[in-house]
Amino acid sequence: MKSRSARDAAPASFRWRSLLLQGLLAISALALAWRAVNLQLVDHGFLAREGDARFSRVLEIAAHRGTITDRYGEPLAVSTPVDSVWVNPRELALATEQIPRLAAALKLDRQELARRVTSNLERDRRYYPTGEVTGHLLGFTNVDDAGQEGLELAFDHWLAGEDGAKRVIQDRYGRIVQNVESIKPARPGRDLVLSIDLRIQYLAYRELKAAIRDQRARAGSAVVLDVTSGEVLAMVNQPAYNPNDRDQIQSGVYRNRAATDIFEPGSSIKPFFVAAGLASGKYDNRSLIDTSPGFFKVGAKIFEDEHNYGAIDIATVLAKSSNVGMAHIALTLPPEEIWGTLNHLGFGQVSTSGYPGESAGLLPVYSQWRPIGIVTMSHGYGLSVTPLQLAHAYATIGAFGIARPVSFLRVEGAAPGERALGAQVCRELVGMLESVVAAEGTGKLAAIPGYRVSGKTGTAWKATAGGYSTDRYMAVFGGVAPASEPRLAAVVVIDEPGAGLHMGGQVAAPVFSRVIGGALRLLAVAPDQPVKAPEELPASPALDTRTAALP
Amino acid sequence: MNARAALIIAVPLLWLAALGSAASAIYCKHRARQMFVELEALNARRDNLEIEWGQLQLEQSAWSTHAFVERVASAKLRMAMPPPKQIEIVAP
Repeated sequence: MKSRSARDAAPASFRWRSLLLQGLLAISALALAWRAVNLQLVDHGFLAREGDARFSRVLEIAAHRGTITDRYGEPLAVSTPVDSVWVNPRELALATEQIPRLAAALKLDRQELARRVTSNLERDRRYYPTGEVTGHLLGFTNVDDAGQEGLELAFDHWLAGEDGAKRVIQDRYGRIVQNVESIKPARPGRDLVLSIDLRIQYLAYRELKAAIRDQRARAGSAVVLDVTSGEVLAMVNQPAYNPNDRDQIQSGVYRNRAATDIFEPGSSIKPFFVAAGLASGKYDNRSLIDTSPGFFKVGAKIFEDEHNYGAIDIATVLAKSSNVGMAHIALTLPPEEIWGTLNHLGFGQVSTSGYPGESAGLLPVYSQWRPIGIVTMSHGYGLSVTPLQLAHAYATIGAFGIARPVSFLRVEGAAPGERALGAQVCRELVGMLESVVAAEGTGKLAAIPGYRVSGKTGTAWKATAGGYSTDRYMAVFGGVAPASEPRLAAVVVIDEPGAGLHMGGQVAAPVFSRVIGGALRLLAVAPDQPVKAPEELPASPALDTRTAALP
Repeated sequence: MNARAALIIAVPLLWLAALGSAASAIYCKHRARQMFVELEALNARRDNLEIEWGQLQLEQSAWSTHAFVERVASAKLRMAMPPPKQIEIVAP
């Protein structure tokens, strides 16, 4: 009975259970379906984002800053990633026994290493392999790789690269498995080819540095231009700095004096007043100027020569740098003609070079000129120039009147230019300026064996608070060579020579001779005069022992 | 009857084709990833070579620094500029 009743009850009980189970399964299936629908349709956006966040990455594509090279492709500024070692400080702390080995591998002191163990960013560093030699000219960049000074600043847009970005999928080892999209392509910086000839730049650097040291001068600049193209072949200043190690630098040393600093040019301006005289038609190379009695009075002011030279031609006025002769010439010319000549030669204007911070110099308007002012200006006071401007004016004379724009970039093809002065005027002037460098001239130390040189010395008192100083000088030499067909123009400026000598012909002219002599040889310019007997020669621009003192 | 026989043949065939297509899709995807990893490796190699080129340029310019060359020429190799009287210019 017992068993039977149990057997009867069973089917009802099982049916109930079966229904319950089926119901539960159906509910579960519905729940799963609902969940699936929910995930696929309702939460899809959120989930996709979360998924991407786990393996999709936006990577920066680094763009290098362009390289700066000299005209022959020698690197002057190169951006390259710094070798860097990455350390996870937490892991290193657990493996302290490995620190000495790491320090040995990195050739670092143990304390030094401990100090440096911080999160280290890998970034490009800009190297200047020529260091001090091109320091002022190139300038430098800041930590963000943006140009701050010099040509790095002037051509920043050209040199700077633009970082790109791309979205990628990484696997769990950090390897990139798929490029999802390119957000922004990287644009690397473009390379810049300068007009600089590194060999001449180095020569100018070496000779200027030696002169500044020997003359115990405060500062100095030298500029070498290619007369036939207007290109800057060399531009150096002292004191220099090494752009690779900027901790040592005090502010003020950054300035590229050759382009930014103005000075009163002294007698080195005289050739351009003579040019105005020749252009007026009132004077030529046979004109005689009576400079007796050796002084000249304008108003209350007396201008003097060293000696009474008597009646001399203009070449001798320049060779002796006669102040009286210059006063006579300047006062017979209409002020607007003088101003016009100086203006055409680029004085009082910023050149088209685009160099940052370049100064325009100072050339007063002729309507304000009084006789005493005109005479003062013809002696190189009361107007101011930069070394670059002065060199450019000499280059224009050397190009026989064609003013070519100053260029810091290599000029391809024929250089443009416009006529600033008559060709005949310039030929006569170049001929006259040869007498400055002759044996009796003030600039005889600028002579170069084998080449004819035309140039002019200048020695100017420096303007100080309360008038002109009588013991602080600017010594200048500007000129072109070879005189028969000028190829190079250069200006050397020495600021406050303090070793006894102070005349432009004593201090600046020898630097001109060495730099231009070497440069003409490097450029394979044919000599235009036979070499004189050796005993008459000035010091040869040969290699000498002073190199030992240089870096 | 004909339609049914066709169905019996077509369904497994289509089924196989679908499987084959799926397998080749997987293979292509895999190949694409492999090749992309390879491409990235080559790009990285190119970048490294460029970096090395830059560093070699720097090294070369360090060795060819004019001051260094001059020092070696005059001190080690005993070279000097001949005095002007020893130079003979041959006109063309």
